[in-house]
Amino acid sequence: MSQNTEKHTPLLQVIDLHTSFKTDKGEVKAVNGVTYTLEEGKSLGIVGESGSGKSVSAYSIMQILDGNGHITQGKVLFKGEDITKYTPKQMEDFRGRHCAMIFQDPMTSLNPVYTVGNQIMEAITTHNKVSKEEARKKAQEMLELVGINDAPRRLKQYPHELSGGMRQRVMIAMALVSEPSILIADEPTTALDVTIQAQILELMMELQKKLGMAIIIVTHDLGVIAQMSDEIVVMYGGRICERGTAEDIFYNPCHEYTKGLLRSIPSVSNMKKKLVPIAGTPINLLNMPKGCAFCARCDNAMKICLTQVPEEVRIDKTHLASCWINIRDNKYLHEEEAEVKA
Amino acid sequence: MSSEYLVEVKDLKQYFPIRTGFMKTTLLKAVDGVNFGIKPGETLGLVGESGCGKTTVGRTLLRLYKPTGGEIYYDGNLITDQNMIQYRPKMQMVFQDPYSSLDPRMTVEEIIGEPLDVHKLYSNAKERREKILSLMELVGLNAEHATRYVHEFSGGQRQRIGIARALAVDPRFIVCDEAVSALDVSIQAQVINMLEELQEKLGVAYLFIAHDLLVVRHISDRIAVMYLGRVVETADADELYDSPIHPYTQSLLSAVPIPDPNIAKNSKRIILEGDVPSPLRMPSGCAFRTRCRFATEKCAQECPPLTDRGNGHMVACWNK
Repeated sequence: MSQNTEKHTPLLQVIDLHTSFKTDKGEVKAVNGVTYTLEEGKSLGIVGESGSGKSVSAYSIMQILDGNGHITQGKVLFKGEDITKYTPKQMEDFRGRHCAMIFQDPMTSLNPVYTVGNQIMEAITTHNKVSKEEARKKAQEMLELVGINDAPRRLKQYPHELSGGMRQRVMIAMALVSEPSILIADEPTTALDVTIQAQILELMMELQKKLGMAIIIVTHDLGVIAQMSDEIVVMYGGRICERGTAEDIFYNPCHEYTKGLLRSIPSVSNMKKKLVPIAGTPINLLNMPKGCAFCARCDNAMKICLTQVPEEVRIDKTHLASCWINIRDNKYLHEEEAEVKA
Repeated sequence: MSSEYLVEVKDLKQYFPIRTGFMKTTLLKAVDGVNFGIKPGETLGLVGESGCGKTTVGRTLLRLYKPTGGEIYYDGNLITDQNMIQYRPKMQMVFQDPYSSLDPRMTVEEIIGEPLDVHKLYSNAKERREKILSLMELVGLNAEHATRYVHEFSGGQRQRIGIARALAVDPRFIVCDEAVSALDVSIQAQVINMLEELQEKLGVAYLFIAHDLLVVRHISDRIAVMYLGRVVETADADELYDSPIHPYTQSLLSAVPIPDPNIAKNSKRIILEGDVPSPLRMPSGCAFRTRCRFATEKCAQECPPLTDRGNGHMVACWNK
């Protein structure tokens, strides 16, 4: 593919990913053509409301979808290799060794009948040929790494004996045993209190610096996204509305949905002003509109929005949006056209 | 006796006996001596982490639990031991979970009509119907929704039904217990705006219980911060956020992720060590001392009282 100059291969590329679920009521297209890139050691935030497909897009990377769900189209390239073509055996190796995941509720994702130590050691022995004693030592090191004091005692405890924040630390320890290059965190702090959330986010950033891994953080919380991400993907109705650097998204939102989202949250600047909510109700994935998914709730919807899905256009070097209004007003695009004409 | 407060609690206590072993019970002090007052048409925000007793305060206040100790006043009347039926039309509640707090076997009309039936607030069927429709209009539901069942609605619409039910009896005071927490952000703003508009229109007072500190600041006139069953600081909303005094409030506020990348990435956080202690094993003295940077010996011996630091800014701390 690449010619003379060595082409830079990003760590992870998701290209035109489609995922759907077969249900009694019909096919639910949870993810409809999602494209993004994750560079080594960077943080990517995926933000959206419930049903936007943000979690499913992350589950698709790991291929841990429910039985009735499958990737229908698109590629996921890990260091240039398409992992959707992997055999189940290869995939097993990919999970854990190269890419690990932590979930929203650490109580339901830890096994209540095994001790914490057992579960971490299982993660270690699955991917490495080590003796039980070595695994125990490694497990203890991992607990210390994630800031759990008194590790030898904690190893013998069961998940119910730990607090929510502690359980999430155990999950992180488990995810990181093989030093994966990607950590996917699906709403990692949603179930936690703010002070504990601050501890966990701080820990994740610290570990990222120490181990140099890339993080995909999936959340609905714009505050968490602002703090954690270098780049942000905004999703609605299974599609990407807008993506760019954190600064692009927060200071120069271009998609009507992103703008609406930022107006509807209380922040320091609009404290005494009335919030501007987004009218209407979230989209029903069984009944997707023909055009832009957001058009029914958009104040500035045009005729074309109802009938055609907008293409993604470049706003500037790092910033892309899929909105007809941007296509109409896009200076970058018009400049390019003018150049071509000239 | 008349007072400036619509609702006032003095030294409110709510203990629950918990079985901790064979033939052994321990008292869980969910609320341990809470004082505050809410003026007519005012919003008091109540914040704190899970397990700090904020929901219990709301429920005890409405006498859904029988308080272990303390006094509750409504409009100057002591209601701690009163028959609540006469006060129910004045004091209502909106619950957190719009899925479990609405009966799935009832239509919207039946749900909103039930409080009207209980308190006999109409003279004939036509009036009842009119009242229900005007309530639905008030919270932004269409008239054709009246015959539908709850499962046909989205979370935000369900919360509107819950609010319409609370408003049916024309209350002067509503406890909103995490009323917007289960909703998506775009829908959250709809409900917050609606609550604010209703307050302007009808003059209701709210006790707004929530853990989202930015939402609480937005909606509240005054805010009380709770930690392990006690109020540690109360002040006007802006004052509390701009110059918090109690070390717990300071770290709580600094832990809030601000939706602005430059502020969020550059702000200095006060990260609290460890977890909230179990309320079954409360630390002696000040409950926060086990996680406090400024704790001294005195904190372990005596529980600090709430003292006024000017402008009604009340703080319970020995060192600040």
